[in-house]
Amino acid sequence: MTPRPPVIRTKAETSLVESFAQASASLPGGDAVRGARTRAFDVFHERGLPHRRIEAWHYTDLRNLMREAYPIASGVAAKAESGLRVAIQDGVCTLPTGALPAGLKLTAMRDALASADEALIHALFPDQGADDAMAAFNAAMARDGVLIEVAPGAQIDAPIELSFTASGDAPHGDISRCLVMVGAGARASILESHAAPARVQRNSAMIFRLGEAASLSHVFETCAASPELHVATLIAEVGKDAAFSSFAFVCAGEVLRRQAFVRGVGEGVKIALRGVSLLKGKQHADTTLVVEHAVPHGESREMFKTILDGEASGVFQGKVVVRPHAQKTDGGMKSQAILLSDDAAMYNKPELEIFADDVVCGHGATVGQLDEDQIFYLMARGIPRAQAEGMIIEGFAREVLEFVEDEAIRERLGAGLSGWLARRAS
Amino acid sequence: MLTITDLHANIDGKEILKGLSLTVKPGEVAAIMGPNGSGKSTLSYVVSGRDGYEVTEGSIVLNGEDILAMEAHERAAKGIFLAFQYPLEIPGVTTMTFLKAAMNAQRKQRGEEELTTPDFIKRVRAAADKLGVSQEMLRRPLNVGFSGGEKKRMEVLQMVLLEPKIAILDETDSGLDIDALRIVAEGVNALRAPDRSFLVITHYQRLLDYIVPDSVHVLSAGRIVKSGDKGLALELEKNGYRDYVADAA
Ligand SMILES: Nc1ncnc2c1ncn2[C@@H]1O[C@H](COP(=O)(O)OP(=O)(O)O)[C@@H](O)[C@H]1O
Ligand SMILES: [Mg+2]
Repeated sequence: MTPRPPVIRTKAETSLVESFAQASASLPGGDAVRGARTRAFDVFHERGLPHRRIEAWHYTDLRNLMREAYPIASGVAAKAESGLRVAIQDGVCTLPTGALPAGLKLTAMRDALASADEALIHALFPDQGADDAMAAFNAAMARDGVLIEVAPGAQIDAPIELSFTASGDAPHGDISRCLVMVGAGARASILESHAAPARVQRNSAMIFRLGEAASLSHVFETCAASPELHVATLIAEVGKDAAFSSFAFVCAGEVLRRQAFVRGVGEGVKIALRGVSLLKGKQHADTTLVVEHAVPHGESREMFKTILDGEASGVFQGKVVVRPHAQKTDGGMKSQAILLSDDAAMYNKPELEIFADDVVCGHGATVGQLDEDQIFYLMARGIPRAQAEGMIIEGFAREVLEFVEDEAIRERLGAGLSGWLARRAS
Repeated sequence: MLTITDLHANIDGKEILKGLSLTVKPGEVAAIMGPNGSGKSTLSYVVSGRDGYEVTEGSIVLNGEDILAMEAHERAAKGIFLAFQYPLEIPGVTTMTFLKAAMNAQRKQRGEEELTTPDFIKRVRAAADKLGVSQEMLRRPLNVGFSGGEKKRMEVLQMVLLEPKIAILDETDSGLDIDALRIVAEGVNALRAPDRSFLVITHYQRLLDYIVPDSVHVLSAGRIVKSGDKGLALELEKNGYRDYVADAA
């Protein structure tokens, strides 16, 4: 081995490293968990904050963007709510009161970690994304979050809401790690909403494991006020004939990095990752995906639409990997962006890595402005320019919004879209 | 109704309309015929107010009002309708949403009440039935995945609902089979009224068997080079545009 050059640490890196040293003794979990945490921390310690020379982070240079690491909150638990609403405030989980539907079990992650068996540890610390410094930092430091277990065959119709908030006005960091285990033939949906009234740096991880023929739909949503810096990692392992879909609706926050590591491990998986990002001002949103087909007959669909105004910047990096035995994989990936301003920028990097010969995979990426022909068509029908532009933008986003299965969530996101457009017009 | 006088228009610094004059009276159906590239679509765009054209000379007057300074949506509210040669697809915007937005945008500009939803739906149903536009088409995003014939029928549906004062049909016959052509022509004929005029742009005589014009004008190299009655269309069908192209050169 060649000796590594000494890492020159930034101020933020130094304080993140110190925060682990201070916290580690008090983090929940037995020896096996501690071992997993230490291995994860080593990854972070060795790499430091990701920067532009790390390919997967090329367009989101955290070393530069995170000049200062805010102190990681000791955490103030939110009040418990009824229904299927889990509050995660400052990274601390509060479970809802009242009875849960049959087949659904919720456990605060701090408790799950304290008594974790080998299977749970394996699920909680997967190899996917393990060499990503920020995902690793999350694995090392997370104290809490929620463990959601859906028993085999259970059909949970109402979405389980995970509401991420922050308390107080002082700048702080929060870290959370959630695991959703969906048993064979079970079905559930998760709505993950992020808000942050204060200056928050958030590192959140959602891990999904879907058993045979399980079905899970996940919606990620930023609310009116969202963290000024947010790294959201999604890891999913999808079993035979299971269907996993994840939809992201992004309209708030300053710097958001969403990274998804999704793997189909059984035949006949259906994976769908989609999203709409509405960016303005100096907002920066990065969506980086790695979708891996390890076995035959898998299907994956990725479709992301980004609308950028002001000086906003957007990133889409999607990589579909088809392993040598994953014949008959059907993959389609698309990223489309509309620039509403000359100062906005979109970076698209779709990639296919195909090691099997009998597959149908395609990708496409477009960046453009509003189409003057379309605008004229609507204006010639009596619609003023600003309204015509709004209709075209809304239609562009609705094309993918239609894929959100839950009607109430779809309508809520639709209202968010209309509101964003109305604010732009005013 | 519509008076165009000595109209000169450029696009990208290139003069396309070169002194075009034309008068269309109330209730008149005027046919514009001419070879490809003669400026027919350009005329339709300049009259309906598309950005990007520079009018260097001349005037366009609608019912006594000079419209050249108006934006396209204002002209539409004044009663100018253009049935596009190539109707645009608008992904994600359902046809119903679009129709309602268009009808209400015009009403608002004219200071009229917005349509109630039941009234709107009733109007659309009635018009759609006559034109053979299915409910399923109305639920789909505007023109997305429609066949050429469906797109043209959708243009006529919009025209019926928007009740224009002057409708410009830019090669509405192109790409239509004979049955679709008949449906479209019937839709237009049903709209003929003493206070509504039509400018029917076509390359072929065929459409004029179904929409019988009151006058026929030959457009060549950016000017009207000959006007006559419907007999002129038959003559053009027989002899082609050769004489007029030569004249203009
Ligand atoms: N955007 C443009 N820029 C430059 N030339 C144009 C443009 N649009 C049309 N033209 C030219 O103007 C002329 C008239 O075009 P058009 O009005 O479409 O003719 P028609 O409809 O009679 O076939 C053609 O020579 C065409 O090439
Ligand atoms: Mg033309």
